[in-house]
Amino acid sequence: MATTLVDRHNLKHHQLKDTPKGISKAEGWRRRGPLLPALVFTIIVTQLPFLVTIWYSLRNWNLLRPDGNKFTGLQNYADIFLDSTFRSSAVNSIVITLGCVFLAMVLGIIFALLLDRKFRGQGVVRTMLITPFLIMPVAGATLWSVSMLNPSFGLVNWVISLVGIPPVDWTAQHPIVSILMALVWQWTPFTMLLVLAGLQSQPKDVLEAAQIDGAGWTKTFLWVTLPALRRYIELGVLLGTIYVVNTFDQIYLMTAGGPGTASANLPFYIYQRAFLGFDIGQAAAMGVVVVIATIIIATFALRLIFRSFDTKD
Amino acid sequence: MTTTLTRPAVPKSAERKSREARRRFSGSAATTLTWLLAFVFFAPVIWLVMTAFKQESVAASNPPVFFFVPTLDQFAAVLGNGAGAYFLNSLIATGVSTVFVVLLAVPAAYAVSIRPVKKTQDVLFFFISTKMLPVVAVIMPIYVIAGQIKALDNIWTLVVLYTAMNLPIAVWMMRSFFQEVPSEVLEAAAMDGAGLIKTLRTILMPMVTPGLAATALICVIFAWNEFFFALNLTAANAATVPVFLVSQMTSEGLFLAKLSAASVLASLPVVIAGWVAQKQLVRGLSMGAVK
Repeated sequence: MATTLVDRHNLKHHQLKDTPKGISKAEGWRRRGPLLPALVFTIIVTQLPFLVTIWYSLRNWNLLRPDGNKFTGLQNYADIFLDSTFRSSAVNSIVITLGCVFLAMVLGIIFALLLDRKFRGQGVVRTMLITPFLIMPVAGATLWSVSMLNPSFGLVNWVISLVGIPPVDWTAQHPIVSILMALVWQWTPFTMLLVLAGLQSQPKDVLEAAQIDGAGWTKTFLWVTLPALRRYIELGVLLGTIYVVNTFDQIYLMTAGGPGTASANLPFYIYQRAFLGFDIGQAAAMGVVVVIATIIIATFALRLIFRSFDTKD
Repeated sequence: MTTTLTRPAVPKSAERKSREARRRFSGSAATTLTWLLAFVFFAPVIWLVMTAFKQESVAASNPPVFFFVPTLDQFAAVLGNGAGAYFLNSLIATGVSTVFVVLLAVPAAYAVSIRPVKKTQDVLFFFISTKMLPVVAVIMPIYVIAGQIKALDNIWTLVVLYTAMNLPIAVWMMRSFFQEVPSEVLEAAAMDGAGLIKTLRTILMPMVTPGLAATALICVIFAWNEFFFALNLTAANAATVPVFLVSQMTSEGLFLAKLSAASVLASLPVVIAGWVAQKQLVRGLSMGAVK
């Protein structure tokens, strides 16, 4: 299977060939035509609501207080910076996202290396390993919080009891660890598939050459395989981060952000303020702050993405 | 890359034999390890399926019961509990939004690959950036506006949102498939004077059918599994399968086996689709970057 990071040259190639500097106005619109429906639709559905969010964030508006909804300027933003739960939720967001992406990547690399060999039942094992990604996240979250991690009849406590460890009330005592278990379980197949694609694109002659040179497995891995995998790992980390940072299902179902707010991440905390506290103004301001932070981080991330898609080796 | 020392590799036959044996041993050890790890990783799925076939009292027993008389009671209970309506809603939200995504994404991808607009890079940048915006930042206006136009608890609201959610991924994916079409084919079509629709219909689409299938698969997975919008924007009429699943968790009484049966039913469509289309999965998840 010839596996390469697509595009790299393609994009440049096409652009050089197909976008002469002075295409006529009519031709320009003819080219833009097919793009417009998707573009306009995306702008209306994703960008307009955000402008409204900015508007809400400048208002003192709590659905429970009928006298509310007046303009308050930047008061909501000032409140955020005094809100220690907002800060701890931000920290949790970072811990959960980085923790999940890192652990899923390490496990994914291990699984991919083990799968990238000919052995009996290879297809079955691969099918087993990708399944957690296909299980509905809501089902996965309840599976972990109830069937696996329940303190009295959960499977995990039974397994650790076999080696004499007393039962643990996982979601109450170690909420973030519990959430990470469910998340890493769900996302490892994703990183595994990416790394596996990278491994299978490795030219076999390079590996053979390394072996003939007497390089051991560790050396071959560190000096030949890992550098060749770099782009795939980068891509997995970036896309994984995009998906995982918005995690809501697992937190809502496993810990409800608790105990207290110990395991709330930003999406969950903002949801709580909006739909349980009905504090629209405050929640909107938090949303805006998160978006600004995301834009700053994304500017760097997007540069990396384009590098993995477009640059030549 | 590597330091290539020239050392002719002609080990003596005895040495070769022992090395061969060692490799075979380490090979079978690796295979055993692989199976073991796969089993541990897959165990929660096995446990989920087993629990779905138990009676409630057996499901919540300590220590866990591994051998029992399987029963279909829980599946019957779930289906008798009005699951059908939720599945129908999920089917509509997933199916219709996927069709919309394809209809919008294919021309858009054409415009950023085959005959690119001027600012192709910026357009792609914009599409992917919408995936990075946290959904929570737009949920309040969507909720308020949907309430004002009487679109709360309406399946079409979910259709629109799921279309927007998957469109950027689909544009990126279809673009990567279009770029594999050899330019000679397109030049020939242009010579024959084929317009956009004709080129798309008769030349491009047949060539990228597998790509289209991969794109649709990814859209189906994400739409079928979506929970956040469904939780906040639907109630009795338009609630989808994930919302139904959550409703199976009651505070009183035992619900574990029934919840497991519902989980199995809810996950089954996507699990089977993903198993069948494993090859397409990786390409889709990387938005077309990895073949």
